[in-house]
Amino acid sequence: MGELKEVFSQNIRRFGMVIALIGIAVLFQILTGGILLTPLNITNIVMQNSYIIVLAIGMTLIIITGEIDLSVGSVAAFIGAISAYLMINLDMSVAVAVILSLLAGALIGAWQGFWVAYVNVPAFIVTLAGMLIFRGLTLIVLGGRTLSPFPEGFSTISSDFLPDLLGGGNLHLLTMLLGGLAVIVYLLNELKLRRDYLKYNYNIISFPLFLGKLIAISIIILAFSYILALYAGMPNVLLILLFLIIGYSFYMNNTTTGRHIYAVGGNTHAAQLSGIKTKKVTFWVFVNMGVLSALAGLIFAGRLNAATPQAGNLFELDAIAAAVIGGASLAGGVGTVVGAVIGALIMGVLNNGMSILGIGIDWQQAIKGLVLLTAVALDMISKNKSK
Amino acid sequence: MATILSMKNITKTFPGVKALDNVNLEVEQGEIHALVGENGAGKSTLMKVLSGVHPHHSYSGDILFQGQKCEFKNINQSEELGIVIIHQELALIPELSIAENVFLGNEQSTKGIINWNESIEKTKALLDKVGLHINPQTLIKQIGVGKQQLVEIAKALSKEVKLLILDEPTAALNEEDSENLLNLLVEFKKQGITSILISHKLNELMAVVDRITILRDGKTIETLSMEKDGVTEQRIIKGMVGRDMNDLYPERVSQPGGVVLEVKEWNVYNPENPQQQIIHNANFHIKKGEIVGIAGLMGAGRTELAMSVFGKSYGRNISGRIFKDGKEIKIENVNQAIEQGLAYVSEDRKKYGLVLNDSVRENLTLANLFKISRRSILNKHEEVKQAENLKGSMNIKTPTIEQKAINLSGGNQQKVVLGKWIFTNPDVLILDEPTRGIDVGAKNEIYKKINDLAQEGKGILMISSELPELLGMCDRIYTLAEGRITGEVNKKDADQEQLMTYMTRSRRS
Repeated sequence: MGELKEVFSQNIRRFGMVIALIGIAVLFQILTGGILLTPLNITNIVMQNSYIIVLAIGMTLIIITGEIDLSVGSVAAFIGAISAYLMINLDMSVAVAVILSLLAGALIGAWQGFWVAYVNVPAFIVTLAGMLIFRGLTLIVLGGRTLSPFPEGFSTISSDFLPDLLGGGNLHLLTMLLGGLAVIVYLLNELKLRRDYLKYNYNIISFPLFLGKLIAISIIILAFSYILALYAGMPNVLLILLFLIIGYSFYMNNTTTGRHIYAVGGNTHAAQLSGIKTKKVTFWVFVNMGVLSALAGLIFAGRLNAATPQAGNLFELDAIAAAVIGGASLAGGVGTVVGAVIGALIMGVLNNGMSILGIGIDWQQAIKGLVLLTAVALDMISKNKSK
Repeated sequence: MATILSMKNITKTFPGVKALDNVNLEVEQGEIHALVGENGAGKSTLMKVLSGVHPHHSYSGDILFQGQKCEFKNINQSEELGIVIIHQELALIPELSIAENVFLGNEQSTKGIINWNESIEKTKALLDKVGLHINPQTLIKQIGVGKQQLVEIAKALSKEVKLLILDEPTAALNEEDSENLLNLLVEFKKQGITSILISHKLNELMAVVDRITILRDGKTIETLSMEKDGVTEQRIIKGMVGRDMNDLYPERVSQPGGVVLEVKEWNVYNPENPQQQIIHNANFHIKKGEIVGIAGLMGAGRTELAMSVFGKSYGRNISGRIFKDGKEIKIENVNQAIEQGLAYVSEDRKKYGLVLNDSVRENLTLANLFKISRRSILNKHEEVKQAENLKGSMNIKTPTIEQKAINLSGGNQQKVVLGKWIFTNPDVLILDEPTRGIDVGAKNEIYKKINDLAQEGKGILMISSELPELLGMCDRIYTLAEGRITGEVNKKDADQEQLMTYMTRSRRS
């Protein structure tokens, strides 16, 4: 028990966010009379927040670099408009249009990254300008109207589910199979890590605690798969999200360029004098944000099955809020991808829960604002104390 | 004469370091009192305690000013009593005018509306007192460091100063400006203003001060009276160092090999002002296993020279040639510098050396992630192993390598920076003020490490403001003045006086 306490107190900040998420979920589960955690609603929460999670991942990298991007909502809307123009007005195939749209996102990112990294214009200004520029261009591309519907197949990305190849009546068996696979991969990875830790003489947690952790996480994965399987199975977009979350976490934690991003945000001068090409790092982080904004724009357009001039409004603030609630520091150098995802989920569950309760959009905004302020204030207070 | 200030049994600890240990200081009304000691001896900390930067309760001991017990919570309270401190780094705002700076926080106003005529009139009067005859509406950034120093003093006068504390006021000044400033203090003395002067320039001190208090390792060693004690420079140095020089600077048998790095005809211009040449035609070389010093006053261009060689990290329009092991090489950026086996340990470890919020481990490996990765994927186990090795070999005192660098003491931070560059396995290490602001114990450890590196055959270029350090460590010393190399002396021929002569040799003379 003492060990558990110690592990807990060492990771209080990491657990803090998870506990907040669980707390909010339980609260709304009670307030909504059990609607929040039904299979249908959980599937909804994932799909409703998918594009914010995509943006939050990119935003985390931007914030870790010590920059900010206010243009992501406009860029998402612009790419949605371009993709609609390509597919609806020019009859382009879905695959080609998606690839062109992502490339356009990369170009936009390169444009903004150029001004920030090489001309030293503050990111706040560059992306504030971008916010106006790309909102304006969205209106121009769409001619002020909504373009719809998209051709068959486009909305598959964001609105459909994995096909039920195995059959199984009420239970989506493929989803359960994927859940099982995930557990096996997870267990093998943990065991390998533990072996390495022993080899390199780390302090490791005792075996019973380790076993407890394995069992707990396996159960969570299986339970989540089961809930999804009870409704329509695994949403396609969740597959994309998992791929991004795991990929970006690995990138930030285990690659040299990921480490460079942390160093540039932590201390640009020291990074530069350590041989890191700081301008290049900043530039590519913006290119990456451009691509992820484009992806978010595509997912959003697919969900609506339309490109609208007002798409993506205030997405930038949701993405920044998610990253910051998830522990990223606007001063740079601090933040995690998983934290941002949890931050996005906290905001998502709040949104969803309040909507079910019939709370108006007015109060929703005010409450979300207070949650953001409280989360960061608590973090600051705990930091000041530890000094 | 009456005692104006007495500080009794002042003890102040920082995490891991006892900065002041039962320090006593007595200053008499109307005297100029010098406070001397090595870097890290506790001079600045003592003055911060006195002025309320370190508030009451953060230290123990008593402060009596004009017979009254003082418990300052902040600078405002000490300034109200007439205790004004002028820090080493000037606290002026470059974009504001002299008048605005002089009355900053003390604006001449009625009901919140500033009375500009009055401000300018009063500033003019104050500037006259310090012998500065320029328009009070000139912006601070338009005047030189020497004049800025005088503006700081004018600002102090505007607060009706009784005790003026100057922390290294002449460090950045040329001889003429220094003399002006010191004469001014003598002038103030006649008007009854007491001064405490912190300085390393002993010859200057001895010309103007009445008494000297010597601090060493956070303790008061003695207070000498210029009149009674027949003070000489040697006498003061003995008090400051207080030990055999050989103890501090470990023995080393020097066996220099071939020339490892040679820089020829090196010219550098100021990146902010391309007309201003910072380094003029510098030539120098370093041999394998040799420790070479660069001595120069502040502003001589020491750091600029080092950083421009290290991948052109400073300056523009850089011209000149670099030879490594006899072959000419091109170094355009820091990456290439590291690839060519150069390492640069910056004088400002917090600004240029460390990512303070990252762990010791991440800082140690940052300059050579290549070594712990394959195809850009980090091997974290290898990283931990290497970081633990460095922690051991550098004797970094930290509970774990996961500790954030910001939580380490200055000496241990410096060891992390040095360790980080040792991890790149360089052939030449440029050490810019490697022992600035760290305590004597850590200094000694770093000296030993530097000697070990030289023994391994690495070439060391050591920049320092402390001449005893250069004399104690180096085989050969170059002197730098106004961006020119003005001398080269071997260890056996070198002494402080001769170095100082070369260091102050300007173009004119």
